[in-house]
Amino acid sequence: MGKVVALEGNQAAALAMRQINPDVVAAYPITPQTEVVQEFSQFVADGLVDTELIAVESEHSAMSACIGASASGARVMTATSANGMALMWEVLYIAASARLPIVMALVNRALPGNINIHCDHSDSMGARDSGWLQLFSENSQEVYDNLIQAVRIAEHLDVRLPVMVCYDGFIISHAVECLEVLEDDIVRNFIGELEPVNPLLDTDRFITYGPLDLYDFYFEHKRQQMEVYPTAKQVIVGIGKEFGSLAGREYGLYEGYLLDDAELAIVTLGSSAGTAKEAVDHLRSDGLPVGMLKLRCFRPFPNTEIAQVLSRPKAIAVLDRSVSFGGFGGPLFTEIRSAMFENETSPHLLNYIYGLGGRDIDVEDIEGVYKDLQRVVDTGNVERIINYVGLRG
Amino acid sequence: MKVKPDTGWRDLPCGGVIVEPGSAAEYPTGDWRTYRPTRDENKCTNCLLCWICCPDSSIMVEDGRIIGIDYKHCKGCGICAQVCPPKIKAIMMVEEERSSSSKGPM
Repeated sequence: MGKVVALEGNQAAALAMRQINPDVVAAYPITPQTEVVQEFSQFVADGLVDTELIAVESEHSAMSACIGASASGARVMTATSANGMALMWEVLYIAASARLPIVMALVNRALPGNINIHCDHSDSMGARDSGWLQLFSENSQEVYDNLIQAVRIAEHLDVRLPVMVCYDGFIISHAVECLEVLEDDIVRNFIGELEPVNPLLDTDRFITYGPLDLYDFYFEHKRQQMEVYPTAKQVIVGIGKEFGSLAGREYGLYEGYLLDDAELAIVTLGSSAGTAKEAVDHLRSDGLPVGMLKLRCFRPFPNTEIAQVLSRPKAIAVLDRSVSFGGFGGPLFTEIRSAMFENETSPHLLNYIYGLGGRDIDVEDIEGVYKDLQRVVDTGNVERIINYVGLRG
Repeated sequence: MKVKPDTGWRDLPCGGVIVEPGSAAEYPTGDWRTYRPTRDENKCTNCLLCWICCPDSSIMVEDGRIIGIDYKHCKGCGICAQVCPPKIKAIMMVEEERSSSSKGPM
């Protein structure tokens, strides 16, 4: 269908942005996202897009400019990482509360204490309550596919929310992989024209964005916003199917890998899902009943879908590439554990924190996790609920 | 879509936007007031300094003369009394409890 090219993850993101041809991009460079803005700037300079590129002085301004442009009725994109998104913090919430369909590539990077530029998910997890939808990508192909679908999801009239497409810094962003890309006109037909809702540039209707909203209306506005996330789940699934019929790669809220008959399961996000698939193949060839659940959509959180798909395994390990200091386990673990409470079965549920600050996780590491699960099932004994992978003792 | 004080969450415009221009006029900021400006018509020279300085457009003027104070919106900031020329002193700030008409609709 499309053509196969070899690109770094960031180049795949920039290519998707070129094909999407947004009206406005406001961005500030930060490692490991820099290349996205750099490549896209070249497309602007070469006249390959019609985009107004706003070179801002900080990420706070980047997101603020995105909000202004989006409220005015433009199709808007940006990209950032870690501390860059931390600097956007207060405006992230405003983008979601104002229901503005901004699409952002978030190249996952540790949010330090002690300087670190490498991958973990602490940046996206910090923003999990901001109201943005969060899609995680396993590889460059998914970065490309997710960004294109994100435009449709964000702008869907039943959704109207900003979407961040998350992918692992360096592991995906700077690794060259082969991916299949669509023709420009196919992408443009798929995303269509933006249908602005309440654009500020409509001079016949006067709209106020972000007014004072005190105890007499604020609560109702938050409740109204809560209502959209279950709908967003359906829209994400619908657009994932439509994309599948177009590109031959269908997407849902999650991807199960040999999960149907699995008794030992791992749940994970991002690039480590690829590593886990390798481990599953190895262990399956040894006869172990293992499977893997890759969560594509972290926000909205598919709680009922997860509870259903994880109802069979006897032991489950949730892999978290971030920590919640002072919490009980990582953010993915606590949500999965909460979702599983509705099930009649109660499998052993363990948390494995891994990969902080870019620490590598390999196939043997994940095989080790499965072997832990096997031991738990055999003995009925859980030594520790919260565990660490690849950590020196 | 008309938003009223008792409008429920389902019926509010999406994204917290306001779609009716000028609707701030319907917000009775007057109930924030603890001190009420009272104007002595006999002293007032209609110099309109208070009208210029009022941040809430609460000094009501017709044909160049002050006809009253809009207590529905006046927050009682006291700027009008402050800018009223010292020789005139036509506006005094009076605590709401001591004002004769402080209760009831404004």
